[in-house]
Amino acid sequence: MSEHSTHEATHETHEHEQEHEHEHHIVSPTIYVIVAASLLTLTATTVAASYVEMYVFNVVVALAIAVVKAVLVVLFFMHAKYSTKLTKLTIISGIFLLFGLIGMTLTDYMTRAWGQW
Amino acid sequence: MSDSPVIAHGRLETASDEHPSYQRHHFESVEQQADTTNFAMWLFLLTEVMFFGGLFTAYLILRNWYYPAFVEGSHQLNIFWGTANTSVLITSSFTMAMGVWCAETRRKNALVLCLVLTFVLGLVFLGIKGIEYHEKWVKHHVPGLNYSAESFLNPASDHEVYAEYHDKPLMPDMAAKTELYFFLYFAMTGMHALHMIIGIGILAFMIFRARAGAYTNGHVTFVENFGLYWHFVDIIWIFLFPLLYLISRHQ
Amino acid sequence: MSSATIVSLPDQSTARIPKVNFLTKENGLLSWLLTGDHKRIAVLYLISITFFFFIGGALAGLIRLQLLTPQADLLATDTYNKVFTMHGVIMVFLFLVPSVPATIGNFVIPMMVGAKDLALPKINLLSWYLYVIGGILVIYTMVSGGVDTGWTFTTPLSTHFSNTNVVSTGIAVFIAGFSSIFTGLNFIVTIHKMRCPGMTWFRLPLFVWSHYAASILMVLGTPVLAITLVLLVLERTVGIGVFDPAKGGDPLLFQHLFWFYSHPAVYIMILPGMGVISEVISTFSRKRVFGYTAVAFSSVAIAVFGFFVWAHHMFIMGISNYAVLVFSLLTMLVAVPSAIKIFNWAFTLYKGSITFETPMLYAFGFMGLFTIGGMTGVFLGASGTDIQLTETYFIVAHFHFVMVGGMLMAFLSGVHFWWPKITGRMYPEKISQMAAVVTFIGFNLTFFPQFILGTLGMPRRYASYPPEFQVLNVFSTAGASILGVGYLLPVLYLTWSLRYGKIAGDNPWQATGLEWQTQSPPLTENFTRIPIMDHEAYDYDWLERQKAKEVASVG
Repeated sequence: MSEHSTHEATHETHEHEQEHEHEHHIVSPTIYVIVAASLLTLTATTVAASYVEMYVFNVVVALAIAVVKAVLVVLFFMHAKYSTKLTKLTIISGIFLLFGLIGMTLTDYMTRAWGQW
Repeated sequence: MSDSPVIAHGRLETASDEHPSYQRHHFESVEQQADTTNFAMWLFLLTEVMFFGGLFTAYLILRNWYYPAFVEGSHQLNIFWGTANTSVLITSSFTMAMGVWCAETRRKNALVLCLVLTFVLGLVFLGIKGIEYHEKWVKHHVPGLNYSAESFLNPASDHEVYAEYHDKPLMPDMAAKTELYFFLYFAMTGMHALHMIIGIGILAFMIFRARAGAYTNGHVTFVENFGLYWHFVDIIWIFLFPLLYLISRHQ
Repeated sequence: MSSATIVSLPDQSTARIPKVNFLTKENGLLSWLLTGDHKRIAVLYLISITFFFFIGGALAGLIRLQLLTPQADLLATDTYNKVFTMHGVIMVFLFLVPSVPATIGNFVIPMMVGAKDLALPKINLLSWYLYVIGGILVIYTMVSGGVDTGWTFTTPLSTHFSNTNVVSTGIAVFIAGFSSIFTGLNFIVTIHKMRCPGMTWFRLPLFVWSHYAASILMVLGTPVLAITLVLLVLERTVGIGVFDPAKGGDPLLFQHLFWFYSHPAVYIMILPGMGVISEVISTFSRKRVFGYTAVAFSSVAIAVFGFFVWAHHMFIMGISNYAVLVFSLLTMLVAVPSAIKIFNWAFTLYKGSITFETPMLYAFGFMGLFTIGGMTGVFLGASGTDIQLTETYFIVAHFHFVMVGGMLMAFLSGVHFWWPKITGRMYPEKISQMAAVVTFIGFNLTFFPQFILGTLGMPRRYASYPPEFQVLNVFSTAGASILGVGYLLPVLYLTWSLRYGKIAGDNPWQATGLEWQTQSPPLTENFTRIPIMDHEAYDYDWLERQKAKEVASVG
């Protein structure tokens, strides 16, 4: 699991589009524009959805939209899609632990008045 | 120690090896430095996730215990300002991402422009937050500072909000719980705003350095890593917005 | 004690400390206060940690003196509460958490992975400054009236009923917590990204694996403590109501969030010590650690499982029975990886060539005392037993066995083991062995009676007790005085050794590991050329071949 790649390190050239870092993929502005537009659209959607009565699903829909937005930001704005496995593993482990904190705490709160929560 | 020549990164290390001035002495190459600092920033963001995680846990529990109070409390938040702020922050994330692209493609003036736009949008966000906080202060909805649950015991007394939502009056004990909703509102948006302020401060520093060409000579890691931080702050808001503002806006 | 020893020192008549080393490279106070050198930062930490240890130790002395007699006739009850609280706060946050990682870890990890420094030297220095600021705030708290809630800040006492300096303690621990986060972050990044060519994960010393696991806990757990302390301070100052039942909040929410960090904290404290033990037991049995992979993975397993057992500190606090069941079951699981390590160390010793130098004496002490402490932890993990024994001296004995009998012994083992590398000097062997034995005897006399006191029903955190408990308390206090001598001796002879100790040479213990292939004390940049790792960890055959090739010269 050696971290050092065997790619040659070329010295800086004036071909500024040339990637010299082994996992450094330059994301094009087109992608950024599409993602930004999607995020704004999803924002409008989530506001609109909050005006529709969906009972318990209101919060589900709102969180689902938020998750989609967050995933877009992480994958494209933060370049996670083009990053190393280590980066992806780091992100996932953080989310996993957050769910652990919330989930395990809920084992207490949800069962205190069992069935009435 | 073995007698064979030392091999680093597939090249024979010779005395004439030069490295850029921005490469620190304990790194073997700029790639290692960039890779390392990038990973370090992701790890730092992980600590931030856990930091905010405690607040989200508190939110989850209190919202489920006192849902009616949370509903009526959220009606006090102005959806126009909230949506505007969300759009402002998303746009600032876009300009920041573009800034990283400019640094990577060595477009110095465009980079400065992107950073300035991000900076300005950040200030706009804080300005709007200031307007919202002021409104809460005026209406005595700041926990611990003369908090008043009058708007919830008697919603008709708050004409603007009542006209839109026609909330039912809450029982006194549930009305008192709105203070918890506002505590979460101020704690979560306040902690978020604190992170924004720090980010804006660093942006100011970066604008100066970018104008001097510090990030368009191949050394993009600072901009890149700051971009990660800025996007993370955006993600926190992406969750705060529906959880605080959009609890239930249907009549 | 056998007279056989593996210590191999250079000829003392001709040996000299190398002129150029990290201590002599630059002079002046600023070169220390603004250093980026991980080794200098480690030394700064060592000095500050020792300072706080003795303050915490003095407070422990006060506790034991108070408990000599059943009545509260030395300290008033309020004062006693403040004394044990400060003892806990200082020992946990200012001593145990940073002890091995910030002193020994900072020093040797870059060398163990073959790097010139940690990944983020400036963050390392910041980490030390945050520690010092946190420490100063704790001292301020003490002199301005103290805090009496216990180091666990149990709600609702800490939020609503205590009128002591909870806020300043909360802020102090908040700051010290960031010190810990940055240390852990630095370690994880260094271990992932700065290993030298050939240094695969499974060639790393187990010391590195332990610190990697502890660092995961530091990085992911401490931020939750941070936000919890923010909420605690807000609750006390502004009265937000999040932990106040009258306003609809829940005191148990504080406890859930607090223990979410504080349970992993105990693994943050012990894992680095286990790393030390792996190195020491291997070196002084001249044998590779048995079951390297098992020990490595069990470190990570302790870290992962350790995140999901926190509510076993809350069995009697009012959580639901279902939660008690879940957390009790998980607590049983978390003991397994620790036990695996003890077995592996025992099998390392089996058929090894064992010698009894001071680090090894402390390691033996660790193995026995940590096993007892760990097993009593399993007793407490069973919720039925816990309900009887919690908040009694059984708990106090349990955690002192693992923390003092375990961790502190491991720390001393590590300090003695790497002392020649850090300073270039050996400490006097006979007196250090004696100090280790004195510590062991003193420890057992102090804390074993407390197990009995606990099962007999003596509550913890009480300034007075029923007279029938006095005999055992007197034993305990007697032991504490012996223990104090045992801890004072190393400070004296280690300081002495700085001037008068024998020159150690590169590798006095004949240990494997890249740090032992450099001069003692090391150069600032550790290695003149980045090494290539071409052998497995704990490869004593490789070491033999090296010695055959080397021309012996020092200085």
